[in-house]
Amino acid sequence: MLQLEGVGKTYPNNVHALAGVSFTVAPGEIVAIVGGSGCGKSTMLRAISGLDTASRGRVMLDGVAVTAPHERIGIVFQEPRLLPWLTVAGNIGFGLEHLPKAERDTRVAKALERVGLAEKAGVWPRELSGGQAQRVAIARALVPRPEVLLLDEPFSALDAFTRADLQEHLLDLWADSRPTLILVTHDVEEAVVLADRIFVMQPRPGRLFEEIVTGLPRPRDRQSSRFDNAKKQVLAALDRSMARPLRDDENKAPEGAALWW
Amino acid sequence: MSFVPMSAALGTSAADPVKRRSALPRYVTPLIGLIIPVTAAIVWEFAVRWGWSDGRLVPPPSVIYATFAELAATGELQRHALATVARVAAGFGVGVAAGTVLGALTGYSVTLFRLLDPTFQALRAIPSIAWVPLFILWLGIFEASKITLIAVGVFFPVYLGVMGAVMSVDRKVVEVGRAFRLSGFQMVRRILLPAVLPAYVIALRSGLGLGWMFVVAAEFMGASEGLGFLLVDGQQLGKPAQIVAAIVAFAVIGKLTDWLIVGLAAPFLRWEDRFGRGAER
Ligand SMILES: Nc1ncnc2c1ncn2[C@@H]1O[C@H](COP(=O)(O)OP(=O)(O)OP(=O)(O)O)[C@@H](O)[C@H]1O
Ligand SMILES: [Mg+2]
Repeated sequence: MLQLEGVGKTYPNNVHALAGVSFTVAPGEIVAIVGGSGCGKSTMLRAISGLDTASRGRVMLDGVAVTAPHERIGIVFQEPRLLPWLTVAGNIGFGLEHLPKAERDTRVAKALERVGLAEKAGVWPRELSGGQAQRVAIARALVPRPEVLLLDEPFSALDAFTRADLQEHLLDLWADSRPTLILVTHDVEEAVVLADRIFVMQPRPGRLFEEIVTGLPRPRDRQSSRFDNAKKQVLAALDRSMARPLRDDENKAPEGAALWW
Repeated sequence: MSFVPMSAALGTSAADPVKRRSALPRYVTPLIGLIIPVTAAIVWEFAVRWGWSDGRLVPPPSVIYATFAELAATGELQRHALATVARVAAGFGVGVAAGTVLGALTGYSVTLFRLLDPTFQALRAIPSIAWVPLFILWLGIFEASKITLIAVGVFFPVYLGVMGAVMSVDRKVVEVGRAFRLSGFQMVRRILLPAVLPAYVIALRSGLGLGWMFVVAAEFMGASEGLGFLLVDGQQLGKPAQIVAAIVAFAVIGKLTDWLIVGLAAPFLRWEDRFGRGAER
């Protein structure tokens, strides 16, 4: 179980990027985080990943504080960030160096198969399309079998078709081992397709504004009216999160904030 | 005059320019670079034979070849070449070692950069040949001063290249290493080294070029053997063919050693994704 307890972040330049974020995510749950640009989504994800440390509060994984990159937490960045000097197979196996070669190879081969790139094993990253590269990045994060996978706008650089494709693909992969997924996105449809719960964030300082539980059954039909309603609900919350002027003394009440409306 | 389509005139199908380019066999492409020097040599050879020039100051290829063969037959050429190669190898080794270590340190640590780089930049501003009298006073006129001069020449391009390469390693790639919890040593081996390798090869090549330049200066300052000695000797005894033969030997050995670096690094750089790919092959 992943827990955030009053996580706050002030950057050295005194930007107050995140304040008092608390929530709990159950194992295997999929959570999407949406919010306007600059509202601290990446900051929060980096604090969970341990790449940056929170200035206040703490991130707990099964009761243990996360202060540095953790072997049970994986991350996929907005760009694939493949290592150009390793082949596709080498990139996917990057986090498995400690395993015997035979086991590493079988796990990499399985992962390649799973993301549909089996014939690309020996290819250099420069020879991949954007969507293929992002699939490799997801496979690289998944082969060490993390319990929590963080994704920071993983599909935002892709066209709409590829994006929808990879969303379904991500769900397939998730179904294999059911890690917790925490996904930052700008795309409301993406959030509704993937997530059990959607957190809407509010800027300056970044904090939770509203939590939306869509309760849609899987697999989700993007055409259905319930899907549409959920989208509208998220969009409305986003609108409110951005329009609302703020007083400083309200900063402390993220959970209750939605009740004002 | 009738109209002839371009493709017909060239005798190839111009429809597919990509195909036409690769239609040249692999081993022919590098030969294109030989057209100009070979033509010039042939023209000069015949200019001398037909008496348009006496070729005394600029000997024709046949005379140079004869001198070359004579020097080689007596073993002189090999002895001098070996002496020069040994000096370059020693100086290059020292310069590369120092440049790599110090460049990596200053590139990695801001503190060391602030501490050391100003000094190195000030030293770099001194034309390296200006050190010669001092090196001779300190180290004598024999090998030590020569190798030091070569090492100084090699040091700066390697130092600058390594420092710049380490400094400009993409933070995002380093972050991937952090996300996978690499230790300091693993980070160097699995992320930093491969990331700086292309720039390192270029630094080594420019260092080597300067090494060859400085070995001549070093051998000019008094040597009893070496290709540089052949140059001085040829000048003093009025043997231009010997000078040109030594120059040709420099060119050949210099190019060979450069190829050696490129060839050794090539298997590790196949992944590179850059504009110049293919032009060198
Ligand atoms: N390394 C940093 N140093 C200083 N300030 C930063 C740093 N990174 C982010 N910020 C600031 O913190 C705030 C939150 O940034 P963050 O990147 O978390 O936003 P975001 O919600 O991910 O935005 P986007 O949707 O545009 O990616 C912004 O005001 C940003 O300017
Ligand atoms: Mg962001």
